[in-house]
Amino acid sequence: MLPNHSFQDPRTPILQVSGLGKQVPFADQQLTILANINLAIAPAESLAIVGASGSGKSTLLGLMAGLDLPSAGSVMIDGVDLTRLSEDGRAALRAHKVGFVFQSFQLVPALTALENVMLPLELAGKPEARSIAGDWLQRVGLGQRLQHYPKQLSGGEQQRVALARAFAGSPKILFADEPTGNLDFATGRQISDLLFSLNRQLGTTLVLVTHDQQLAARCGRQIRLHGGELVTETS
Amino acid sequence: MNPASLRFAVRMLWRDLRAGELLAVFVALVIAVAALSGVNLFADRIQRALKIHAAELLAANLLINSDHPVPQHFADEARRRGLRLAETRVFSSMALHAQGAQLVTAKAVSAGYPLLGELQLAAPAQHAAGAPPPGQVWVDARMLQRSGLRIGQTLQLGNSQFTVAGVVSREPDAALDLFSFVPRVLLNVVDLPATGLITQGSRVRYRLQMAGPAQEIADYRRWAEPKLGRGERIEDISDARPEVRSAMHKAQRFLGLASMVAVALAVIAIALATRRYVQRHLDSAAIMRCLGASQSQLWRIYLWQFLLLALVAGLVGAIAGALMQMLLVNMLGSLVNAGLPSPAYGLLLQTVLLGMATMLAFAVPPLWLLRDVPTLRVLRRDLGDLSRRGYVNGLAWLALAGLLYWQVADASVAMYGIAGFAVAALLALVLGWLMLQLLRRLPWQPGLGWRYGLANLQRRQMLTLIQILSLSLGLMALLVLTLVRAELLQAWRQSVPADAPNRFIINIQNHQLPVLQQQFANAGLPVPEFFPMIRGRLLSINGKPIDVARYSEERARNLAEREFNLSWMSRLPGDQPLLAGKDWPAATQSSGFSVEVGLAQTLGIRVGDRLVFDVAGTQVAAPVANLRKVNWDNFRVNFFVIATPDLLQQQSSGWICSFHLPSSHQPWMDGVVRQLPNLSVIDVSLILREVQGIIERVVQAVQFVFLLTLLAGMIVLHAALAATQDERLRESAILRTLGASRRQILMVMLAEYALIGALSGMVAMLGAGGLGWALSVKLLELPYSPSLWLPVVALGGGVLLVLLVGWRSIRQVLRVPPLKTLNQMG
Repeated sequence: MLPNHSFQDPRTPILQVSGLGKQVPFADQQLTILANINLAIAPAESLAIVGASGSGKSTLLGLMAGLDLPSAGSVMIDGVDLTRLSEDGRAALRAHKVGFVFQSFQLVPALTALENVMLPLELAGKPEARSIAGDWLQRVGLGQRLQHYPKQLSGGEQQRVALARAFAGSPKILFADEPTGNLDFATGRQISDLLFSLNRQLGTTLVLVTHDQQLAARCGRQIRLHGGELVTETS
Repeated sequence: MNPASLRFAVRMLWRDLRAGELLAVFVALVIAVAALSGVNLFADRIQRALKIHAAELLAANLLINSDHPVPQHFADEARRRGLRLAETRVFSSMALHAQGAQLVTAKAVSAGYPLLGELQLAAPAQHAAGAPPPGQVWVDARMLQRSGLRIGQTLQLGNSQFTVAGVVSREPDAALDLFSFVPRVLLNVVDLPATGLITQGSRVRYRLQMAGPAQEIADYRRWAEPKLGRGERIEDISDARPEVRSAMHKAQRFLGLASMVAVALAVIAIALATRRYVQRHLDSAAIMRCLGASQSQLWRIYLWQFLLLALVAGLVGAIAGALMQMLLVNMLGSLVNAGLPSPAYGLLLQTVLLGMATMLAFAVPPLWLLRDVPTLRVLRRDLGDLSRRGYVNGLAWLALAGLLYWQVADASVAMYGIAGFAVAALLALVLGWLMLQLLRRLPWQPGLGWRYGLANLQRRQMLTLIQILSLSLGLMALLVLTLVRAELLQAWRQSVPADAPNRFIINIQNHQLPVLQQQFANAGLPVPEFFPMIRGRLLSINGKPIDVARYSEERARNLAEREFNLSWMSRLPGDQPLLAGKDWPAATQSSGFSVEVGLAQTLGIRVGDRLVFDVAGTQVAAPVANLRKVNWDNFRVNFFVIATPDLLQQQSSGWICSFHLPSSHQPWMDGVVRQLPNLSVIDVSLILREVQGIIERVVQAVQFVFLLTLLAGMIVLHAALAATQDERLRESAILRTLGASRRQILMVMLAEYALIGALSGMVAMLGAGGLGWALSVKLLELPYSPSLWLPVVALGGGVLLVLLVGWRSIRQVLRVPPLKTLNQMG
């Protein structure tokens, strides 16, 4: 069972990263991708992680979301130390508390828009999956495209489906990896509007990785990575 | 597994099926199960027919089977022991009727027949019966159909007239004459002597039938066995009709092996398609992991999905298999239809389970990879990729070998089957590989499309070879059964001249010779040569008595046991070259035998060996003067053993001749038979037509099974094309962004597909041609000249099939805008 922290102090961080490091073997040596990252994110806060390609942004996102394990340090989500959980324990935590939006949308091609949104709800065994998913697609403006497959949708529409899927499970924290990176400017703008508006309405914590300065500027706080280290933090 | 997860798995299965992700796996499994269950159901029906009818087959518990009248003491002893008795005599004869003459198998039965089982009459009223009353005959439906006779009309056998009084619908001891096509006539044995049909030299099968309690029968058998003379056999159910059994076993194995080729190919398709499924679902699995699915949840979902898929495909395949066996029975028609028990549909369940197990053996190992997919793949697509993993694992091959063994139920045949498939596969692979190498070294450089297409094939060499293998095996099977078979038949027909003899007359008596010769002269037909025919049994070679048990070969045993048709001639036939020894000059005083070389080889007879024959109780002895080669296909009168005149001239003999009867002279022939009713006229062309008809039907059935092989080959092709479709899409997108026109892309794909098709066609052509050559030259001893159609059909067929299967993929590549592809592929 996951600890229930619904009545927590709003100032208690929902995400706490301490001394986080990641090394991978390369040739005969250990290559350091991230070193000694310390970070705390409060509930409903929005944080942008920026930095050049190869600076370790995506690795940090993956570690914070429990998609991978660090070489050093810890990640606490809602008071639970991810590094102490098993692979399946982390999956269960993701199912209940975490949502994702990716640059390449990551929709399941064999499923319709509706089914893609239903997927996390079904995996978590929620009985009202279909109606919840339908509502969410309405909310992101795709009420008429429920039965369309990803390949029948434009990039912007696919990302809307991904947003609906991310928010449908009412996550406490949403990770977004270059959510507008594959979209043209206007569409990217619409998607980020939608993302921030949903974020505000639901009080979800938002952590996003981006190159896009304008997108980063819309977040409450920015951190910059360089060579795997946290170099600046701006509010 | 809780119901919710099962429901979820069902939904996921439905979604994947709808999206076409699992179609190839589904179709491949349907084909595999259909091939297995269709052939198995059919084989099982035949086998049970053999078992069920075996008891009735003898119409008795025990019988003594002989080529001469069964010595009286056997019947006396049986009677003394309280056994019930009946006897039958079966022989060929001409039946004369108002419309003409008809060769029939006549069976004279005694009172009490049949001791076991029932003789059923269909007309004039349906009822069970024993032996026909004296003066009456019962005929089968085929006889009525052939002759136009009706019940109540008269039919003449030999010198006697009979009333056709009934139509036999079921004759117990003929129930297994699966391949008999000569009409049958039943008469009472007391009428037999008056017909005058049983004369010197006529071939009659005598059977003394006995029935009684098992113990008595066993005791009698023990008593009788040591007293059996030459040409006498004692048989019970277990000995019944070994030749039919062995023929059916062979047919069954052949169909079994044919279906196995289809199954093996289908399994390759399953392996390829599952791999593609897994490759395509790595992302979905990673997303699901990312969305919170646990490893075990993911594993259960995919496992259930495949289990359900296997179950549904297995059921569909079983239904298709049931229909298929019905078609098989229909195609073989009256050959097998008589008295087949209804299909054992329980077998279907077994087949479905086997099909499912095989599919899971091939599908589960790659599915396991989905369970272990790194969640981080959602951010880094290179993680957990399949590309460096093998296609199939050892477990899967073991499952396939087990399936093959189960299917043919004979370890050695299964081994041969596996070895044969492996050799064919290896040949196809080597040939395909050689051709690919050859194409690469071509001195001239064709256009871009060709070059790029060829490069694609070479880059995906293993997949290309698998495609060539599957398609060429299917094509080859069909080519052998269609084109090559037609060529062989044609070659054989051409080897028989148009005026080749088409009738034999046997049972000609000495005094009838001049009458018959005069008849020929009167009709304006060339008078044929008449040969004496005397029945004799080989007693010893060089003083060593013939011991049937000494020969291991079945043919040798049969030859050693049977009575030969011997002849004597002052001059050996000119068309039969001597292979050893010396010809006998007309004036020779020395006695000798001339032996057909095949017989000599089988029985181990050499020139100079002294042979002793028993001819009607007299021993006739002489050395072997020479060995002759006989062309059995020329429809002339041929003998295994010919003697110098001095040896046999004194023996009473029948005569035989062969001649060409123009169809305009059929009424004359009927008239001759009416005048000399003991003659048997054998219409060779009719028999040939019947035999051809049988072969035709059997070939049709086998062809049908091979059609499944081709279908399975096409599914493999489809799966292999699909496996590389994403790559193809991406490459063409890149080519197009680099400025390639749609036409150029089309040319690349056409070149690639046409090459696969042509290479498969070529391998199939070489295989079919080689097999045709072997059959023709080695087996039929006919020169083999493959028709020009073989390469045309093989290559054309190969290319067409590949284009047919690949059409969807071509259209998709041409239609999807390159940007979309590149975006989707990430």
